[in-house]
Amino acid sequence: MRQATARGSTVTAAQRWRPTAPLANLRRRAQIVGAIRAYFAAQGVLEVETPQIGSATVSDPHLNSLYVAGYGYLQTSPEYAMKRLLAAGSGSIYQLARVFRADEHGRRHQPEFTLLEWYRLGYSLERLIDEVGSIARLALGDLPSERQRYRDLFQRYLGLDPLRCELSALRSAAEHLDLAFDDADRDTWLELLMSAVIEPQLGRNVLSFVVDYPPSQAALARLRRDADGELVAARFELYFAGVELANGYHELADADEQRARFATDLQTRAALGLPAVALDGDFLAALSAGLPDCSGVALGLDRLIMLAVGAQSLAEVMAFAVPWGELDASA
Amino acid sequence: MASYSTNEFKSGLKVMLDGEPCTILENEFVKPGKGQAFNRVKLRNLKTNRVSEKTFKSGDSLEGADIVDREMQYLYNDGEFFHFMEPDSFEQHQASSTTVGDAALWLKEQDMCMVMLFNGAPLAVTPPNFVDLEIVETEPGVRGDTATGGTKPARLSTGAVAKVPLFVNQGEIIRCDTRTGEYVSRVKG
Repeated sequence: MRQATARGSTVTAAQRWRPTAPLANLRRRAQIVGAIRAYFAAQGVLEVETPQIGSATVSDPHLNSLYVAGYGYLQTSPEYAMKRLLAAGSGSIYQLARVFRADEHGRRHQPEFTLLEWYRLGYSLERLIDEVGSIARLALGDLPSERQRYRDLFQRYLGLDPLRCELSALRSAAEHLDLAFDDADRDTWLELLMSAVIEPQLGRNVLSFVVDYPPSQAALARLRRDADGELVAARFELYFAGVELANGYHELADADEQRARFATDLQTRAALGLPAVALDGDFLAALSAGLPDCSGVALGLDRLIMLAVGAQSLAEVMAFAVPWGELDASA
Repeated sequence: MASYSTNEFKSGLKVMLDGEPCTILENEFVKPGKGQAFNRVKLRNLKTNRVSEKTFKSGDSLEGADIVDREMQYLYNDGEFFHFMEPDSFEQHQASSTTVGDAALWLKEQDMCMVMLFNGAPLAVTPPNFVDLEIVETEPGVRGDTATGGTKPARLSTGAVAKVPLFVNQGEIIRCDTRTGEYVSRVKG
C-alpha cells in the first residue's frame, strides 16, 4: 500500500515509521529552541506551562477546538491561562505551548503544533515588535525589518481603502481567484485578499510587520487611533517569505469589553451554524480582578524553524507530522 | 451521493462543480492568522479535461460525482457509436465518438479498455497502455537496416499513425504505447 505524504510524494508502508523531518532539521530545531530559552532567561522572563486541556475554550468563530469527551477542550492557544497568571502577578512570562486546532491541515498547517507565546508587562506594541524581531533573528539571521499599515498595504496592492470601500469593490478585487462562494461579511473578503494576494508579497528578505488592523479584526487587542485618526486594532502580524509567523496585541484588559466580544463571537458562531463553546469564566474573572498593562504575541515555532532551514512544509521540521488525509474523520 | 467538505478534498476525489463532474487535483489550505480559512482547489473537468482553480471557504462542501471506472471489452463501432461490454454482466454500453475521443485511434475489437461511467453512462475511454496493431500502410522496409535509427510513418489498422523503424514492413504487427503514441517493438506473429 502506498500513502500520500504532505509533499505529494509517496512513501511505502514499510517506511511509514520514519520521521517526516530529516534529523538535521530536528537538530537545528533543538538549537533554535535552546537559543530562545537562553534569550528569555537572560531577560528575566519566566517560563511557564499551562494545561493543554481545559473545560472552556476560545470563542473565535474561525478556530475549531478538538473536544475530548469527559475531559474538555484541547487548547488552541495558551492565551487565557497565561493571562490568569499575569492577573495573579506573575510578571512577564513565556511558554512553548503545544496547541491543537481542528480542520487545519496543509503544507503550513498541522492539527497539532507549537506556539511560542509571551507577554511583556508595560511594553508598548512597538517595543514588543522590536523584541519579536530579535527572536526571529535568532533563527533567521540578521535581517532588516519594516512596518506597514494594513490600510496602506491594501492601497498599494489593490488600490482599495479596506476600511471604507464598498463591499462590491472587495468582491471584484477577488474575482480573479475564481470564487466558489459569495459572502456578505466584509471581513471574509478582507481576509481572502490579505491571505491570497497581499501575504505572498510580504517579507522578501525583510521581517515585515503589518500594523493597525481593522477594528473588526481586533480579537483580543485594544482599539486605538492611528496617525490619521482612524480607529484601528492595536494588533500586529509578522510575515517573512510570504509566511505568517506571529500575531501580537496590546492586550485588551477591559472585562466588560471582553465579555461583549465573546457574546458577538457566540452570535456569529450561531449564525454560521457552528457549535456553541463553553466560555472561560475564570479568564473573565481574572480580567475583572485586573490584568496589568501588557503586550503579548504568539509565534508559530514550527514555521519559524521551517523558514530557518529553508523547508517548504511543516512536515520537514516536525518529527512526526500528520500526513494529509490521515486524520480520523470520526474524531 | 454523499457530499464532501473542503477538508475531505483529496487528490482523485470526484465531485460535482456547477453541474459538471470534476476530479480534484490539488487542495491548498490558506488561512490568515485570525479569521476565515480558504481552500485553493485545482480541479479537472472530466467532460472537457480543462483544469481550473477555485477558491472555497473552508468547511463548504460539494456533492460527490457518481463516477466509476469499469474494465470493459471493446466490441465494435457501428459508424455512429462505439459499443463496449462489461465482461461479468455482459451489460453493453454505447459511447459517441466525442466521448471516445482520441482513444478511438487505439481501440481494437475484443481488446479490454477502461470506461469511465458518469451516472451510469460512458464519459471517457482509456485504451490499454500497450496495444498490438497491424501496419496497413508504410513505405517498403530496408532489409538489414536495424542500426541507422531512422524512422518512417506507418498507418495502423485502427487509423493511428506511428513512427516506426525503417526495417518494419506493411502487414507486420507492432506494439505501441498508447500514452505516447510511440512504437515499442515488433510482435512475432
